[in-house]
Amino acid sequence: MGMTFAEKVLGKAAGYAVKAGDVVTVEPHFCMSHDNAAPIAKTFRKIGVPKVWKPDHLVFILDHAIPAPTDEHAVNHKEIREFVEEQGIPHFYDVTSKGGVCHQKMCEEGFALPGLIIIGSDSHTCTYGAYGAFSTGIGRSEMAAAWATGKIWFRVPESLKITVKGKFNKGVSAKDLILKIIGDIKADGADYMSVEFHGPAISEMTLAERMTLCNMGIEMGAKNAVCPPDQKVLDAIRGIEKTNEWEAIWADEDAVYAKELTYDLGELVPCVAKPHTVDNYAPIEEVKGTKIHQAFLGSCTNARIEDLRLAADILKGKEVAVRTIVIPASWRVYRQALDEGLLEIFLDAGCVITNPGCGPCMGNHEGILAPGEACISTANRNFKGRMGNKDSFIYLASPMTVAASALKGEIADPREVL
Amino acid sequence: MEQNVLRGKAWVFTDDVDTDLIYHNKYLAETDPKKMAQYSFEYYPGKEKFAKEAKPGDFVVAGRNFGTGSSREHAVYCLKELGIPVVLAESFARIYYRNAINNGYPVLFVKGLSDAIKEGKIQDGDELEVNISTGEIKDLTNGHTFHGDAVTDLEKDIMASGGLIEYLKAQAAKK
Repeated sequence: MGMTFAEKVLGKAAGYAVKAGDVVTVEPHFCMSHDNAAPIAKTFRKIGVPKVWKPDHLVFILDHAIPAPTDEHAVNHKEIREFVEEQGIPHFYDVTSKGGVCHQKMCEEGFALPGLIIIGSDSHTCTYGAYGAFSTGIGRSEMAAAWATGKIWFRVPESLKITVKGKFNKGVSAKDLILKIIGDIKADGADYMSVEFHGPAISEMTLAERMTLCNMGIEMGAKNAVCPPDQKVLDAIRGIEKTNEWEAIWADEDAVYAKELTYDLGELVPCVAKPHTVDNYAPIEEVKGTKIHQAFLGSCTNARIEDLRLAADILKGKEVAVRTIVIPASWRVYRQALDEGLLEIFLDAGCVITNPGCGPCMGNHEGILAPGEACISTANRNFKGRMGNKDSFIYLASPMTVAASALKGEIADPREVL
Repeated sequence: MEQNVLRGKAWVFTDDVDTDLIYHNKYLAETDPKKMAQYSFEYYPGKEKFAKEAKPGDFVVAGRNFGTGSSREHAVYCLKELGIPVVLAESFARIYYRNAINNGYPVLFVKGLSDAIKEGKIQDGDELEVNISTGEIKDLTNGHTFHGDAVTDLEKDIMASGGLIEYLKAQAAKK
């Protein structure tokens, strides 16, 4: 009987064959933390182990509130710098022009590699499945324990196979696909599961598009989400690998799945997730004309160069009707956007460009909403109050839909401006 | 009454209660559990006064996918600190569940709870009797009973130690 991706990766790490339902204890290849490395360090000290198990297996990337907007954040950052120094942690991305959103950095710096087990103290750690890694978000206590012991337990998850075929129509992108899937199977539709994306349309997709899909795996409850480690992945990681322990691992043809779904890209339309849940799917027709007060193009879901190009294409030579915040996913993306003239297009259109980081996505700073205001956003969550005010409204959409809506000041169909 | 049989009032929530509703991201920089407790469910419509009015020993009762969203452990700490002895839900989001176990905080998976809430069979203020060992739940106000799943052995060990960190300390001390 064939094995799923999760069974193969966890079995390899455990050193014996495993199947869904087994509990294994494994050593993670990388442990990623962002600004929450500070409270984790506090918990770590309580364990009584003086040194972390392997300093070079820890990766710290500041992104949630940078540069520090409050004294609490500033203290957190300071504590992280002190911990990095004390423990000799080599992989630290501070508030500099080498940084960016943690999940973007993990991929562009060669930490996200096929077949690796990566844990992160952030729920969107599942993003690295785009590079064929088994990656999942965990809590802070668990991360502190992993720093101390180099071990983490997992229940080998059941798997959901999603086969994707066909081609996107004009104005439709990976974000529309993942919002449709989550709308169909709901916020707990893949609870505890490993989601595998298969099919010719996934092979056609760029790594940026695959990252958008895997990033939102958690929004359907998944433990991890993953795409095949094909030639595109191998090309992307060549020369930047932070370890040579990786191996391209993929599910067997005859693997057994708890559930299987098939999608045809040709049947998709531009869409949004309405407030206040990610599974509140609506085709663009249903929400077109809804007044918005802010547009946000950013976050670990949709702020890569490919996303910025799609938005710039729509904004070029025009002017936005509402305040529009653009936050490239990393300074590398920022520079590339600068070189390609995209930042100039955004500036000419009236957008505000801020430094790479999470920005307003979880309501820390740089674009908090007022009561009664609505924002259309390329991020991954629209929970009540997510952008800082509980009486505001967040619509999730693709970069194209966000750009088209920014121009009109209301939710708009990108097909009408392309 | 046995120690594992608890009595308290029900505070009833819907399906898909996300981490921002339990503990809003605005307070993420907070590190004092006592302060965290004051913010519990502040963003949940109709339950804004939960933190003030819930009494130690009251129960949080919810539908499917409780704790969906962020990995923040504040969403566990705040309820634990308030003295809510256990969360009863049809199901839990994966990270919330792990965070609860790892902090020695019991959660019970209770079949049929989501529908029972929607049908009004269990309501705010109902007096509940919960047996943590067997998972049996009696709604003493309206007579319905529910059955929760027992936890696994590893989870029991971690919870018996008071959480993952305490568990690891105990393991290390044994060596």
